[in-house]
Amino acid sequence: MERHVDQELNELNKSILAIGASAEEAIFKSIEALKNRDKEAARKVIEDDAAIDALELDIDEKCIDLIARYQPMAKDLRFITTGMKINAELERIADIAVDIAQRTLELVDKPILKPLIDIPKLTKVAQDMVKTAIDAFIKGDIAMAKKVLLTDSEADELRNIIQRELIEDYMEKDGTTAPRAVQLLLIARFLERICDHATNIAEDVIYMVQAEVVRHHPEKLK
Amino acid sequence: MAKIITKDLNLWYGSFHALKNINSGFEENRITAIIGPSGCGKSTMLRVFNRMNDLIEGVRTSGEVLVDDMNILGPQADLVRLRKKVGMVFQRPNPFPLSIYENIVFGEKIHAERVKKDKLDEIVEKSLKDVLLWDELKDRLNGSALRLSLEQKQRLCIARLIAVKTDVLLLDEPCSTREPQATARVEHLIRELKHKYTIIIVTHNMQQAARVSDDTGFMLLGELIEFGKTDVLFTAPRDKRTEDYITGRYG
Repeated sequence: MERHVDQELNELNKSILAIGASAEEAIFKSIEALKNRDKEAARKVIEDDAAIDALELDIDEKCIDLIARYQPMAKDLRFITTGMKINAELERIADIAVDIAQRTLELVDKPILKPLIDIPKLTKVAQDMVKTAIDAFIKGDIAMAKKVLLTDSEADELRNIIQRELIEDYMEKDGTTAPRAVQLLLIARFLERICDHATNIAEDVIYMVQAEVVRHHPEKLK
Repeated sequence: MAKIITKDLNLWYGSFHALKNINSGFEENRITAIIGPSGCGKSTMLRVFNRMNDLIEGVRTSGEVLVDDMNILGPQADLVRLRKKVGMVFQRPNPFPLSIYENIVFGEKIHAERVKKDKLDEIVEKSLKDVLLWDELKDRLNGSALRLSLEQKQRLCIARLIAVKTDVLLLDEPCSTREPQATARVEHLIRELKHKYTIIIVTHNMQQAARVSDDTGFMLLGELIEFGKTDVLFTAPRDKRTEDYITGRYG
């Protein structure tokens, strides 16, 4: 039986897909700006964040409205509360893209420290994790959510490699590289944070589908 | 501890199988809500607990219902004692056409031979205090109970059960025709009463069941589909049929 609320839940689903796509795009664009040393593009990422913030507020309001008007239960309730949490994670991811863009603005006027190899790799991992986590939410797909959780260690490892290289090969050898190396270190840290947010989304999806809390309970994933 | 336990409980109205193999336990000092669509058997089950169905012709039961470990469906069951112990309040409250005072002491007068006036006064005060009506009604105890508001009548009917020292309160749709504030007051009362009584409430209002109860059972077509803690049942039901019903997909 098609319920009136189904139409509104579908709309909520679409809005979360939209904020997810925007957040994912913001990550991509912020790193492109870094790679291309493109100040204009970095500024655009910062500028575009206002639209994502507005979308977040919209979705939040929509969720509260749905709860107030329909008093949802069970699967519906889990979908809406998960939607609210994921919404906040995605907005935070977009904020991190802004952080990356700001570091980029600091870097572009200085000479290139090193060619970027592992940071784009980490970016790809982060972007894939976010995309897969959003898809898992939209489709209610546990297997996809678990895939995100398994990828997180890959992100940690890449971050460690980047960190080690920047400290050992640059900062320790030549102190004058520190201002630029620190910016890159921060960017690597930001990308890893994005992966952590994707992990949170994946854990929320598992709760939404299975009604089981896996957050802070890694043993439940085995 | 379970106050009421059903074991393979079946009930037929003639050839209609109204309750099918119900196995459940109703805990003391907890509020249990029974929900389900019209005709699912929830009111029938409630009425089994003090044998109200006996009044309907052609009723047949099998299995056991243990109240304090005594099978109330057995031939040795003492119905007067049972109905004193397990009292019911109906959807439409039904005070006797007597004064407020007489309504409350009615049961005590039947169950005990001679009771002193002081003792009756004490019962009236305590019972009305328990249902949070004493302050409102203490100056008009001799007024007719029929002139009370619907909500007051309902409280009075609960007070009438409390007066005979009932253990179990069966409430059939206690707030079906209430405005929100009156509903909130009745729900507050139910929560207060659970500290002293075992409460079983039948309701088609799911939000009410979710708000007020500790445990919830979902019934469908005479079967108890799912029974468990209310917070779990309403957020993460195990059975698809429960899920469909509480999210409004049933039908």
